[in-house]
Amino acid sequence: MTEQPIANNLMRYGDRAFLIELDSAANVLAVRQQLLAAQHPAISAVVPAARTVLVEADARLTEADLRQLLSQPPPPKEPTTSEAKTVELAVTYDGPDLAAVARLIGESERDVIHRHTQAEYTVQFCGFSAGFSYLIGGDPALSIPRLDRPRTHVPAGSVAIASEYTGIYPRSSPGGWRILGHTDAVLFDLEREPPALLTPGTQVRLRAR
Amino acid sequence: MIEIIQPGPLALFQDLGRPGYTDLGVGRCGAFDKTAHRLANRLVGNSESAATIEITLGQLKLRLLQASTIAVTGARTDIIVEAGHQTRTHDSNTPLSLPADCTLQLGTPSIGVRSYLAVRGGFDAPVVLGSRSRDTLAGIGPAPLACGDRLATGTLTESMPASEPAPTLGDRSQRLRIIPGPRADWFADGALRTLTDSSWTLAQSSDRVGVRLHGPQLARRITGELPSEPTLPGAIQVPPDGQPIVLGPDAPVTGGYPVIAVLASGQLSRLGQARPGDDVRFIVT
Repeated sequence: MTEQPIANNLMRYGDRAFLIELDSAANVLAVRQQLLAAQHPAISAVVPAARTVLVEADARLTEADLRQLLSQPPPPKEPTTSEAKTVELAVTYDGPDLAAVARLIGESERDVIHRHTQAEYTVQFCGFSAGFSYLIGGDPALSIPRLDRPRTHVPAGSVAIASEYTGIYPRSSPGGWRILGHTDAVLFDLEREPPALLTPGTQVRLRAR
Repeated sequence: MIEIIQPGPLALFQDLGRPGYTDLGVGRCGAFDKTAHRLANRLVGNSESAATIEITLGQLKLRLLQASTIAVTGARTDIIVEAGHQTRTHDSNTPLSLPADCTLQLGTPSIGVRSYLAVRGGFDAPVVLGSRSRDTLAGIGPAPLACGDRLATGTLTESMPASEPAPTLGDRSQRLRIIPGPRADWFADGALRTLTDSSWTLAQSSDRVGVRLHGPQLARRITGELPSEPTLPGAIQVPPDGQPIVLGPDAPVTGGYPVIAVLASGQLSRLGQARPGDDVRFIVT
């Protein structure tokens, strides 16, 4: 279990950041944890995405320093309290793309719902808009490309899939993901701490209702 | 207290931004021209982190409900002050001690786009996730200023400056320093050279989220889709049409287009003063 994430590629991102490319989503989360645990004074932010991690740092962090940090043993597997959070969301599977997704994979709508609710999800990163989380861990059978033509209006709470991800729209916006259903959960609320319900590392279960 | 009589095309509270919330999908935000924002605050003896009003294309008019010290920086704009029956035109980049009940109006900029108005003490606008900046993409932070808004001033003062150099904007053709980006190898041979050898015209649709540029096409070598990557303001992304977009302060925290180059630090402030129709050029440092 002391296997170290492999930084496939380390690139400059302007004069105040580096981009680390990794070979898997799991290694993105591992490198993020590793760099946060290092608490290096020059690092101001560690931002994960699909296969890359951005490290914002001032000039005190050289490329050699970063390589050295990445070669350190990873922190113990014990997740910190915020990272151990599990959120269960009730989903109504009535989305406009449910039937088409069922047809695409040659199964019934019930099978699609079963596959979508059986998975144990983890938030890999947030992006696109405030509180929009990319959930990984979904059933590979549901890995389907996004719509060719994005919708101009996707309602808040829409639960949708695109390639390896499940995502939930925090507020109404344009969007090209395939919508399976919706949830009443509030994904982003400035009155809450933290405002985003699903932050990187959060475990997520979806329950059909 | 200051009352907004007319906000002009767009007037937003901005400060040094909202770092540290990318995990929530919330971007960096903050003044587009941070150099001008900082100067405005220094001229009135504020901390540089105090909020200023970022005024796009001038034309804001306000009334002072109490005597105040104000400075306007950034775009080159007339500042017209009416006090009683007297009307006077003032210069930007200098502190102005103004009496209660006067009105102050900005003209339309002759050079540049964004003006920054600071008041001694700063603006006491609500702090959202550690910042008073308005994020136009996420809709987070104090609402855009509107007619009749009354703005309270704060207490973020430091001592007044003895003197302050007042930089002015140069000609309208800007040459911005860049560093080759993480995905420069996704582009055809010579694309980076095309980026630096060409003149790029700002599109009308440019805003705080992204500055869109028109010029020769930047051809891709790898045409596949890039999995979403973290982004930073100043990154130069190239969508499939080959026309670059420089990400602004309100850009989303991730993006799916390859980044051919990234502006060197400090250069985004200069881009914040380029207006639609202006030409910019890039030089590799």
